[in-house]
Amino acid sequence: MSFLQILDQQGWYFLVTLLSGWPATISVAIPSFFFALIFGLVLALLRMARSRLSRGFAIAYIEFFRGTPALVQLFVIYFGLPDLGYSPSPFQAAVIGLGMNGAAYLAEIYRAGIESIHQGQKEAAFALGMTPTRAMRYIVLPQAIRVMTPALTNFAIVLLKDTSIIFAVGVVEVMALARNLVTETLQSGVVYLMAGALYLCVTIPMSHLAARLERNRRAWQ
Amino acid sequence: MEPLLKVDDLHKAYGALKILNGVSVNVKRGEKVSIIGPSGSGKTTFLRCINFLEKPTSGHIFVEGKLIGEKTVSGKFVHVSDTELAKDRQEIGFVFQRFNLFPHLSVLGNVTIAQTKVLGLSQRDAEARGRQMLEKVGLGHKVDEYPERLSGGQQQRVAIARVLAMQPKLILFDEATSALDPELIGEVLRVMRQLAEEGRTMVIVTHEIQFAAEISDRIIFMDHGAVVEEGSPAKVLKDPQHPRTREFLKRIEQR
Amino acid sequence: MEKLLAVYVDHIDVWLPEMLFFSITTLEIAIVSFVLAVAIGLVLVMLRVSKISPLVTLAILIIEVARGLPIVVLLYIVYFVPPQLVSGWNWSWYNAFVGAVLGLGIHGGAILAEVFRAGIEALHKGQREAALSLGMTPAKSMRYILVPQAARIVLPPVANYGIGLLKETSLCSLIGVNELMNDAKSIAFADYEPMAVFLLAAAIYFAMSYPLALILRHVEKRLNFSR
Repeated sequence: MSFLQILDQQGWYFLVTLLSGWPATISVAIPSFFFALIFGLVLALLRMARSRLSRGFAIAYIEFFRGTPALVQLFVIYFGLPDLGYSPSPFQAAVIGLGMNGAAYLAEIYRAGIESIHQGQKEAAFALGMTPTRAMRYIVLPQAIRVMTPALTNFAIVLLKDTSIIFAVGVVEVMALARNLVTETLQSGVVYLMAGALYLCVTIPMSHLAARLERNRRAWQ
Repeated sequence: MEPLLKVDDLHKAYGALKILNGVSVNVKRGEKVSIIGPSGSGKTTFLRCINFLEKPTSGHIFVEGKLIGEKTVSGKFVHVSDTELAKDRQEIGFVFQRFNLFPHLSVLGNVTIAQTKVLGLSQRDAEARGRQMLEKVGLGHKVDEYPERLSGGQQQRVAIARVLAMQPKLILFDEATSALDPELIGEVLRVMRQLAEEGRTMVIVTHEIQFAAEISDRIIFMDHGAVVEEGSPAKVLKDPQHPRTREFLKRIEQR
Repeated sequence: MEKLLAVYVDHIDVWLPEMLFFSITTLEIAIVSFVLAVAIGLVLVMLRVSKISPLVTLAILIIEVARGLPIVVLLYIVYFVPPQLVSGWNWSWYNAFVGAVLGLGIHGGAILAEVFRAGIEALHKGQREAALSLGMTPAKSMRYILVPQAARIVLPPVANYGIGLLKETSLCSLIGVNELMNDAKSIAFADYEPMAVFLLAAAIYFAMSYPLALILRHVEKRLNFSR
């Protein structure tokens, strides 16, 4: 049977099935994104803190999570944590895993963003009588976040793509459904291409958006 | 006597846009010629055509009677190969407005690279000559620095040493001081004046009219891609014949 | 914690040699797909900057698709789709290892093509002109002036990509390559010690990539300093 015939006969069924995986993909991606956003900031601040202990912890965390595959991290959380008495659901394991992994990457992005803000900004804030915390909160961070917007958009794309591994811990998202369809119909060619096309429909526009934000940021600086 | 540089009816056009409309210039050995004119008059393009950084649309260039960038095959002019063109260019030094030093090489590396890779000199000989040239431009103490740590004036002096080390017959200066802060212009002009006094053949495109008047044997005023007027500095600058020259000089004075 | 240590004391003599043995496959995948990625990246960037508009479009298309797809999805497509698309051929040679290396190579090629392009674009036009005006041929100006400058810009991100690739090989376990990750999975469920086994696997990945990352950071600092 030719490609087009398969597409004609079963294409609609494949499409509807694959699309039904998107809510799961999105419902993991969004909480992981916000988890990473907040936890990453905490890590970045610890990383730049004066206390050696907090710096050491942040560095160890960041290096470990950036130095090992996300898949191993997911497996430790999903299959390993029950040993310690906590049995996460596939959804929970995915959010914790991708969130903790993403936080390590974001911490470095935050740090670069914060360090890119000129020392004079901080000094001006101090001269106006702000505490270091207030200077960070009202003066440095707001500027850093504007600088980081393109990097954050890129991170969102990476995170979305990373959700394609969470079927390995049992989340029924797009890739899991694709694999099921292949088992059911043996049409791996059409199914995986279609799944790929669905990802591209989201990731390509997002990366164009990121590129545009980057251009704007350069123009703005 | 045959001129060192002979430019014969040079035309250059980008599509319909004509930049040069038949420029002919002869430069004798040891002569210093400055080209002045408003921006967009084609003087930089003219200079770039001389060593074929731009290919002329028509017209020919000779150095010591030898064609540059072209050869004649059964009476017709054809472009030469890259290798032959590179050989032609060895005779012609070019000093760029923006220096164009090689950032991955030290100051000495900048001055030796073409000596070893183009002229085939040994590293030792190239370094000896390189140091000598850097000494001459007053940068003997900077041999191991990297270009980005030098001021603009120092960078341009290294670029001049780089050209001198190739021992060219002719040096072209393309607005060599235009990219410099005012306080750095002097040091580069001093080096250029020194070269002029040594009797080198120089073609200088510049906005520094005063400097041009002092060191040039001849001034050429270009406008709209053609030579409008030429002659001794006294003649062209003090007693210009053409209304466009007068207009240009008046505007320069007002600044 | 003590329990974990006890588990390692009991099992490490069996686990570690076995996992190190499968780490060789991991390294093989990483090395072969790295070389392939550099080759594909060079071809793509040449097409991309060729100024021949159908080739440019083709390169952009390949780059955008390969970068836009999650690696896992790309691996599934590269490994499972061709045998179905061209069913007449003999595909017996096309095993999971070949599919994995091809998939990672294509993905890496697209990433490296953009890295190479950034390197080329960072070069100022004046550099070539200066080299030519000193009497260098285009080939010499390429060799002594342009390539050395581009290499300085491009080498750190290329090395970074290579180090990251070591981790990405773990995804090949999902299409059935028997490398470190797959082995860890089978040990974890056979001995029923997932926490201990997956942490050990993580440690091995870390031991492979972290020293390289440290070396790269050191080299990068020195490169920056001498400029």
